[in-house]
Amino acid sequence: MLKVIKNRLEQGYRTSKYPKEPINLYKRFRGLPKVDNDCDGALVQRCADACPQEAIDAVTKQIDLGRCVFCGLCETLSEGKFVCFTQNFEMGTASRDDLFTCGDLPALAEHSKKHFKKLFGRSLQLRQISAGGCNACEADINVLNTPFFDLSRFGIQFVASPRHADGIHVTGPISKNMRQATLSTYEAVPSPKVVIASGACAISGGPFYGSDEIVGDLNSLIPVDLYIPGCPPHPLTTLHALLNYFK
Amino acid sequence: MAELLEIKNNERVQRAAIPHLEFADFRQELLDFAVAGGQVVQLFAYQDSGLLKLLAVLRNDKLYVAGCDAPDTFASLTVESEKFHMFEREIGEQYGLEPKGHPWLKMVRYHANYTGKKDLFGNDYSQDIPGNYPYFTVDGETVHEVAVGPVHAGIIEPGHFRFQCCGERVFHLEIQLGYQHRGVEKLLQSVPFKRLPIIAETIAGDTTIGHSLCQAQAIESLACLKIDEGAGIVRSIALELERIANHVGDLGALSLDAAFNPPAAYFGRIRGDYLNLSQILSGNRFGRGLVRPGGVTKIMGDEQKGLLIDKLTELTPQVEHVNDLIFSAPSVLARFENTGTVNYADAEKLGLVGYAGRACGLAYDARVAFPTEVYAGLPANTNHKTDGDVCSRAMVRREEIIHSTTLINTLLGKTEEAKSYIPEIPKLAPTSFVVSINEGWRGEVSHCILTDTDGKILRYKVKDPSFHNWIGLALALRDEGISDFPICNKSFNLSYCGFDL
Ligand code: SF4
Repeated sequence: MLKVIKNRLEQGYRTSKYPKEPINLYKRFRGLPKVDNDCDGALVQRCADACPQEAIDAVTKQIDLGRCVFCGLCETLSEGKFVCFTQNFEMGTASRDDLFTCGDLPALAEHSKKHFKKLFGRSLQLRQISAGGCNACEADINVLNTPFFDLSRFGIQFVASPRHADGIHVTGPISKNMRQATLSTYEAVPSPKVVIASGACAISGGPFYGSDEIVGDLNSLIPVDLYIPGCPPHPLTTLHALLNYFK
Repeated sequence: MAELLEIKNNERVQRAAIPHLEFADFRQELLDFAVAGGQVVQLFAYQDSGLLKLLAVLRNDKLYVAGCDAPDTFASLTVESEKFHMFEREIGEQYGLEPKGHPWLKMVRYHANYTGKKDLFGNDYSQDIPGNYPYFTVDGETVHEVAVGPVHAGIIEPGHFRFQCCGERVFHLEIQLGYQHRGVEKLLQSVPFKRLPIIAETIAGDTTIGHSLCQAQAIESLACLKIDEGAGIVRSIALELERIANHVGDLGALSLDAAFNPPAAYFGRIRGDYLNLSQILSGNRFGRGLVRPGGVTKIMGDEQKGLLIDKLTELTPQVEHVNDLIFSAPSVLARFENTGTVNYADAEKLGLVGYAGRACGLAYDARVAFPTEVYAGLPANTNHKTDGDVCSRAMVRREEIIHSTTLINTLLGKTEEAKSYIPEIPKLAPTSFVVSINEGWRGEVSHCILTDTDGKILRYKVKDPSFHNWIGLALALRDEGISDFPICNKSFNLSYCGFDL
């Protein structure tokens, strides 16, 4: 018993003040990329050719955050002259098109479907479906339930049954072997329901794009309401998206 | 062993130098090796100018390789040694070659084979769901069956579990995976080179460093790239951080499953702190974007070193205090001890690796046996509790956290700096072979690459430690209460995606 108390005192209070107070992530963290539009076309082309995810459009100079895995290669190659990664982790969007960006994203809170805010603003129960990814997305969702993030203080919970859920939160490129289970879980959620695509895999197939063993795009299966980019999305990216879209 | 070629970890070998045996001799060599206590690192089929061939990498305290032409059907090796059971099933599924007499020839991941040969399992792959497989059943009036998954109640990967029970008692647990199959090996053999590191990092997200190290080393060997010692130090630190983060998280989860909540909350948070240390090194919590063929993308300068040292100084005593809290609670120990036991003999026969193996007394640690990066100059770990139960698996993790922390501290004291890294697409040696082995946090991770006459990748074989260890979990549940499943499962914490590829 004494040990429990001693440990409790040592641990102290650990819950983050975000979103009331901003959080600064270490400068190496790769958040929202910022593109320099005046960058030399040849350099942009070099980055586009080297990008493992084919996420850079050399003509529009946009980066597709739905494909990008934030590997940082374009920043290294261009020595920051074409792309610079900021530490801004607030990257959720309500439409796929908004993920094509030069560094500006529309304010998510204003683009959410209003009835979702009314229905789920005070209480949101989500069923997570893991559909063929690498388990890093899942790991960083689980983290939201640790004391630092303490997701449930916002009235948001991940629940065990789709019957208890207001929507699904999908990670992974939807392997063929999970296609049916994903659809069945979605169908088991009572309407009205919300669909969240989390991570590069669920949005575009991620690192596995082009494989004939995956569906590769959740939106081609079920209409998606909220996109959370990243590989995996930082827990704060997810937290920001959930709070802004639903609160 | 006369007919096997001895090789080194990450050694580039001309394919012509690999002994190409008659199948009967190949089979006998492998069986003799396994019966004498050797283990299988890799055994797979590949297609070379229209011909199907087999290749085996074996280990005792050294590494060996040999190959042969693959017969369409062959006498199963599993009949004589269980060490081959998963490998033969995989060969059957991937290439349609039939190990005749295999005691349990069932699909591994549910996908059509690569050769267009008749499917061995009679599956119709236009049907979506794996599961049209006759599960092993136990008959009897009081016997009942519990089916769980593929979608589970928590935020975890999909898999199907079938328990054959009498009341609470589990006779048999059958684990059917494949839901996470996304065609990793096929991709690695077909996509442009620039995509390889990204795919390696996502074979199993929690083993990002383990798998990317294997790939980077294999490619460096094939392309004759030398990396500087500074990069080796950063890579080793990253691998140890990955190990600590995962062990800490699992010990917290184990404590929760024993209904002792405070350590779960503390370790949940502390695990995140270790992930954040990886982020300091690489810019990503899982170490993504750090390891690349040729070195590391980010230099560890004084600033990063300082941050790491400060944070480790803060965390290390906390971790030990929370561990003390867990391991001195009689209720927790009572729950851990004698639960989910796998004995030494079974573990050896199945070739369990990593902490699952070490907890049963199989001391194998690839960092010691086949050291890569800077491990040759670092001290080994010893485990003190090796009874094969949940408690041993937990204790081994506790000991490894302490050991890894010592290693990191030693490495942070070194002064070699990684040179800045230049992203280049390397050229691979033609008609060559390399096998790479690293001790990922779960155990032996191994990548094998064969190149063709143009230096293109002909076959890329990946093995995650989970490939060996899932059967260990199934065995651990024999004769246990069904309610012991969560705690046994957590003590192994195996990868679905690493297995499913
Ligand atoms: S950071 Fe994104 S856009 Fe840049 S190279 Fe990597 S995947 Fe491509």
